[in-house]
Amino acid sequence: MSSLAATGTDAAQAPARAIQPAWVRTMHWINAFAMILMIMSGWQIYNASPLFDFHFDKSITLGGWLGGALLWHFAAMWILMINGLAYLVTGFVTGRFRKKLLPITATGVISDARAALTFKLSHDDISKYNYVQKLLYAGIIAVGVVIVLSGLSIWKPVQLYYLVMLFGDYPTARYVHFFCMALICLFLIVHVVLALLVPKSLRAMIIGR
Amino acid sequence: MGKRSFLIPGVDKKLLIKDAIKVMPDLTRRRFISGGASLGALTLLTGCDVLDSDRAEDMLKKVSKFNDAVQAWMFNPDALAPTFPESAITKPFPFNAYYEVDDAPEVDGKTWKLEVRGLVDNKKSWTLEELYALPQVKQVTRHICVEGWSAIGSWTGTPLRDFLKLIGADTRARYVWFQCADKEGYNSPLDMRTALHPQTQMTFKFADEILPRAYGFPMKIRVPTKLGFKNPKYVVSMEVTNDYKGGYWEDQGYNSFSGS
Repeated sequence: MSSLAATGTDAAQAPARAIQPAWVRTMHWINAFAMILMIMSGWQIYNASPLFDFHFDKSITLGGWLGGALLWHFAAMWILMINGLAYLVTGFVTGRFRKKLLPITATGVISDARAALTFKLSHDDISKYNYVQKLLYAGIIAVGVVIVLSGLSIWKPVQLYYLVMLFGDYPTARYVHFFCMALICLFLIVHVVLALLVPKSLRAMIIGR
Repeated sequence: MGKRSFLIPGVDKKLLIKDAIKVMPDLTRRRFISGGASLGALTLLTGCDVLDSDRAEDMLKKVSKFNDAVQAWMFNPDALAPTFPESAITKPFPFNAYYEVDDAPEVDGKTWKLEVRGLVDNKKSWTLEELYALPQVKQVTRHICVEGWSAIGSWTGTPLRDFLKLIGADTRARYVWFQCADKEGYNSPLDMRTALHPQTQMTFKFADEILPRAYGFPMKIRVPTKLGFKNPKYVVSMEVTNDYKGGYWEDQGYNSFSGS
């Protein structure tokens, strides 16, 4: 506890040195919480009318039945949307997206991916994202935008008809919503595994540095 | 012999009884949020008691009410549900209810009457013959179920707003509340603005044929701007009212507005 507090004081004295600013950390963990609620309740909603020949085990779903799951889903959506919108606005306005995520080049991604897979990728300076990180972080933001837009289309297919048209029709929007969830889950697995393999990145997301 | 204590040291007696009552089957609670196991899993994940099911239930009910208001605000009375060519109709159109199709109500069209109650000038009951004589329109629209699936169907009948005008309904009232013939007494409230939507229909035909039993003979209310469960079948009465009288699924936790 005391070492944590000391680090916190240091961070306050030298805010410029924070790898992850407070707003990123706050929004990151709010998003993580909302995402878990959305995914678990979403699985229960999926079970009511599965798109594929499988269903999610009840032990990993939220809500108990369709009605309960819908209540969770349509409550957590506000946390996800408001936090997500604030994150996008702040990310653009502060220039963080531009500074941290750009440029993304194909050669950079390929060479960093190769280095990562052979465990040769350096993690000495975690304040700079490598190209694989840039691609994945930019990509998951895009997926986040699409999952919200497809979700709104399913929720309000008449009032937000122009959004539905973006995806083609209502059933397609459902599939898009599902595949975005699958991509987020895949990302989550890789993200958590890598954060545990490079613990200082996890530390930076909790205490800033 | 003294009373044996079943209490666990350090556990509040009142809370324990409250918990015991919670797990007892209670019809009034119905199944608003069941599945303590999955809630438990979440509590494990987050390690906090905020998600204790009673408090969570209260919070979720409040958000659902808030979502009703948001949806009412989003509802555009002039926005029409998309229509489709006849070739797009889903065949066979799915049957869906809380009972099997063999248990669906069997209504005798000769004796059936639509009862009209509440804030209306003319409370006369309507026979099927009288209703069939009213002008009808056809719509081919997408039926979207709360479960997520959807199907395109063809429904023909009288716009509800024309009927409401005909019976002198007070359209400033908040709801039209429908009751149905099935044995558990299906019912559902419809907000007045949706009731007055041009595509909201008293339906007498499906795919140009007299409404079959599976789809709600003799009359269903087709509301293409609402989820399927807000499209009652086997309707026996309608009441124009300012009171929120609840509904079969609404009382169990489905969002009451459930607009699409």
